[in-house]
Amino acid sequence: MTRAILLVLLSHWRMHRLQLVTLLTGIALATGLWSAVQAINAEARASYARASDQLALGQFDEIRDPAGSISLSRYVDLRRAGWQVAAVLDGSIRIEGQTVRVMGIDMVSAPALPAVTQTEQSATPPEPADILTAPGRLLVSPDLAPVFEGLDGYPPVIVSTALPPSFVLTDIGVAESLLDRSGQISRLIVLPEQPLDIPSLGDVAPGLIRTSPASQLDTAQLTDSFHLNLSAFGLLSFAVGLFIVHGTVGLAFSHRRGMIRTLRALGVAMPHLVRIILFELVTLALVGGVLGLVLGFFIAGALLPDVAATLRGLYGAPVDGQLSLRPAWALAGLLMAIGGTLAASVHALWRLSEMPLLAGPGVQAWRGSATSWRITAVTGVTMIAGGGICFAMFGGLLAGFVMLAGLLTGAALLLPLVLSLLLAALSRRANGPVAQWVWADMWSQLPGLSLAMMALLLALAANIGVGTMVSSFRLTFTGWLDQRLVSELYITAGDDAQGQLISEWLAPKTDAILPIRSVELPHETGPLFLYGVVDDPTYSEHWPLIARSPEAWARVHNDRAVLINEQLARRANLWPGDVLTLPPDHTLPIVGVYSDYGNPTGQAIVAMPVLDSIVPKVPTRRFGIRVDPSVATDLAQTLRDRFGLPTSAVVQQSAMKAQSLAIFDKTFVVTSALNVLTLGVAGFAILTSLLTLWTQRLPQVAPIWALGQTRAQLARLELVRSVLLAGLTAVLALPLGLLLAWVLLAVINVQAFGWRLPMHLFPADWLRLFLLTMLAAAVAAALPALRLLRLPPADLLKVFANER
Amino acid sequence: MLLTLDHVRKSYPGGRPVLNDVSLSLDAGQTLALTGESGSGKSTLLHVAAALDGFDGGEVTLKGSPLSPLDDAGRAELRRNSLSLVFQQFNLIPSLTVAQNLALHARLADRYDPDWVAHLADRLGLTELVDRYPEHLSGGQQQRVAIGRAMASKPALLLADEPTGNLDETASAVVLDLMLGLVAETGAALLLVTHSMDIAARLDRRAHLSGGKIT
Ligand SMILES: Nc1ncnc2c1ncn2[C@@H]1O[C@H](COP(=O)(O)OP(=O)(O)OP(=O)(O)O)[C@@H](O)[C@H]1O
Ligand SMILES: [Mg+2]
Repeated sequence: MTRAILLVLLSHWRMHRLQLVTLLTGIALATGLWSAVQAINAEARASYARASDQLALGQFDEIRDPAGSISLSRYVDLRRAGWQVAAVLDGSIRIEGQTVRVMGIDMVSAPALPAVTQTEQSATPPEPADILTAPGRLLVSPDLAPVFEGLDGYPPVIVSTALPPSFVLTDIGVAESLLDRSGQISRLIVLPEQPLDIPSLGDVAPGLIRTSPASQLDTAQLTDSFHLNLSAFGLLSFAVGLFIVHGTVGLAFSHRRGMIRTLRALGVAMPHLVRIILFELVTLALVGGVLGLVLGFFIAGALLPDVAATLRGLYGAPVDGQLSLRPAWALAGLLMAIGGTLAASVHALWRLSEMPLLAGPGVQAWRGSATSWRITAVTGVTMIAGGGICFAMFGGLLAGFVMLAGLLTGAALLLPLVLSLLLAALSRRANGPVAQWVWADMWSQLPGLSLAMMALLLALAANIGVGTMVSSFRLTFTGWLDQRLVSELYITAGDDAQGQLISEWLAPKTDAILPIRSVELPHETGPLFLYGVVDDPTYSEHWPLIARSPEAWARVHNDRAVLINEQLARRANLWPGDVLTLPPDHTLPIVGVYSDYGNPTGQAIVAMPVLDSIVPKVPTRRFGIRVDPSVATDLAQTLRDRFGLPTSAVVQQSAMKAQSLAIFDKTFVVTSALNVLTLGVAGFAILTSLLTLWTQRLPQVAPIWALGQTRAQLARLELVRSVLLAGLTAVLALPLGLLLAWVLLAVINVQAFGWRLPMHLFPADWLRLFLLTMLAAAVAAALPALRLLRLPPADLLKVFANER
Repeated sequence: MLLTLDHVRKSYPGGRPVLNDVSLSLDAGQTLALTGESGSGKSTLLHVAAALDGFDGGEVTLKGSPLSPLDDAGRAELRRNSLSLVFQQFNLIPSLTVAQNLALHARLADRYDPDWVAHLADRLGLTELVDRYPEHLSGGQQQRVAIGRAMASKPALLLADEPTGNLDETASAVVLDLMLGLVAETGAALLLVTHSMDIAARLDRRAHLSGGKIT
């Protein structure tokens, strides 16, 4: 019997192939976009974990000097006292316009890292002596092999797959010359085996700090907010995809009502039918889910290189651009597909099971009504309020997202009521019978179309919201770059001495030379970069302060006051009037906070003498040069020629800005791609709903046709109806999108990245989106309209015959 | 007795009683025409007898077993195995071919006999049409498929609610002849709802429903 029932149910899909395709597409789109985001996240997390393993991060205790690097003499003291430690020098160099991380370790005493073991066990292992003595060897990640190829002046290169991307591992001696930091040590690894009777760290090397693995900075934590952002997007796409599933399942089930009734009359019990329908839904979900996984894999593969670039640029997080297939990911995707399909179908299935066996007279199958819209609307308002209350009570990034979710779903639930009120008002003002019919007809179609309109509202609001955020960010960022990058030239000298030479040579030829001196210090909020600046009007005139005490710059130069960046201010809750404490025991009054976009770490600015008093002898290798812009290009070339500097060591302001903007734009490629995809899915949802309504459409259109409207006129009205509804929804989406943008800029961004952005409005973008929406709605309505146009009059007449 | 209705009462929620103390019985192989005004409750009586709907009082007994103690599943099983139905609106499954529709009830009841179904298709003049879908059949052809579907499970009782109500005169005559012929051939009992006195006259017995009672 079960087989016979199943065959009957499945025969429906053979007759309604388009429905089947729509349903599978809906499931596949929902699963695909969600899975793509999950694949990207999983890949990134795996990369972090791999990098930690490959570099033995978070496995051993470490010793650091809060004041910066550890001097060689203290290292020697520790070794003499019996401490088993291995020295490490971290840094980065720029090769061929690419930032490459360098880690130099004491190859003799350090625990063997996977890359070293791999090299030793290779078919042609290098002589240990070659690695340790000049020129030494560089172990490089595979992506760097082509970069080093044909480059002179570097030690021979050995490629190792056991290294994170863009990474060089070498002996500490080689690293010292590579980074030009001889005699410096970034940190000491405390080896697991220590003699029992060694003196305490405080006795041998006072001032050094020992940290446990857990407290060392974790890339995964830094990038968490980025991944949360992506996940939120994935979830949004999933929800929009489910609208399609909901629509199609509702359609299929309403088509099947007669079939189900007949089956029951022929003696099939309803619970049995429900079980078989569930089985059918799960099977369809699996098929759609598998298609979705394939789709997701390709989308993720296409987006991953950009994401990897973003993560490297924004956080220095090592992420491969390669995607691998994980069983857990596939399983999770299929479960999402099944769960989503069932969730989207439960309403239709419930209605089906509640359907009386005998169709009684006067039983209206009318879906939705003014009252049910009111109930939905009240639910919507409750969700918005709930989200707001949740954020007010708990705060934080997660609560911020809960608030966002509440706002979006709540607004979507409010939509049918708002639309119905709007349409009712418009139909009252309409004059002429056809116009009146059009408005009234739209109103009566609303129950069937409201889901698609909700999906559209969500997609549009997300588009406007995220678009406004990105564009605001870009505008602010460009403005900020203009303020921050005021010097016409930026120079990086080979060493302190050369820096001295260059600045002496330049002094008479330029308006000002602004040395940039910085040092990395530990702070309770993570690493902190302390910058020293000279007293020059360039700073006080241009530096972008978002909060300040009076006479801020004067106090920096006269009162040992400090300026901090917004990230540090928000993380440590420090504002003008507070004091910044730096190791070992410096307390500096804070007189200003400046915006510092795209920088994950804390930063502080003091007067140059103050920097020297806190950390003496920081080399000055970077300079900003103020000159007449018209001579900048020539001067740059002269500098390169005269001092033998590589091209990348003398950068013009315009090139620097272009580079920064390019990185910025790359960061948001993923976001805009997901944006477009979501909108496409919403357009598809409209098409589905219109097709859904098609069967109920004929009885409504036929009388108008009989009253003397041509089919062409009716088809045109069909288009107008869809475009009008989409247009109304788009108008309503605008305030919601702006609200979303505000939440993103003022709440989410502050929680996730630590900076707040001013909001800018981009009406031209709205207009473009509006037109795009109308176009999508017209395209979606084209198919039903065309059908109507081609409909044989006999079919319209059938409505009047009793045969239907 | 194959089917007995014993002092059956039924009213719809918020309405006057539709069946008010109805008693009726039908022997195996017998044919009975049920007539009455529109709205007199003929369809209601048929639904009660077919275990499609419940009733408020009295008892309905089919093949010796009372219906009132049965739950939904029990009634479904009874419909599947002990009787067949033909409706005014044909109620074919639009996505199944004629052949599949013909076999459907028998398959559900696990009594599918391909030879018998082929014989039925032949008798009903459907052999040429077996691969068509219902929407490509005329009303008379559709009703012949519905009759075939009902008879394919070789039911002891056939219940028909105005089977010719949607058909013109010629088609009605053909359909009725075929149905009565098949009922006679299989020895099934028939309860037929109609308001045509001519049709009623062709059956063994007649009952008239009026004011909720058989008169
Ligand atoms: N589901 C229902 N809910 C409420 N009242 C109903 C329902 N079905 C039928 N009725 C009412 O019960 C009465 C009998 O209906 P029924 O369909 O049995 O009449 P009928 O004799 O079959 O009429 P017709 O010859 O027009 O088919 C009518 O008054 C009808 O309005
Ligand atoms: Mg009736």
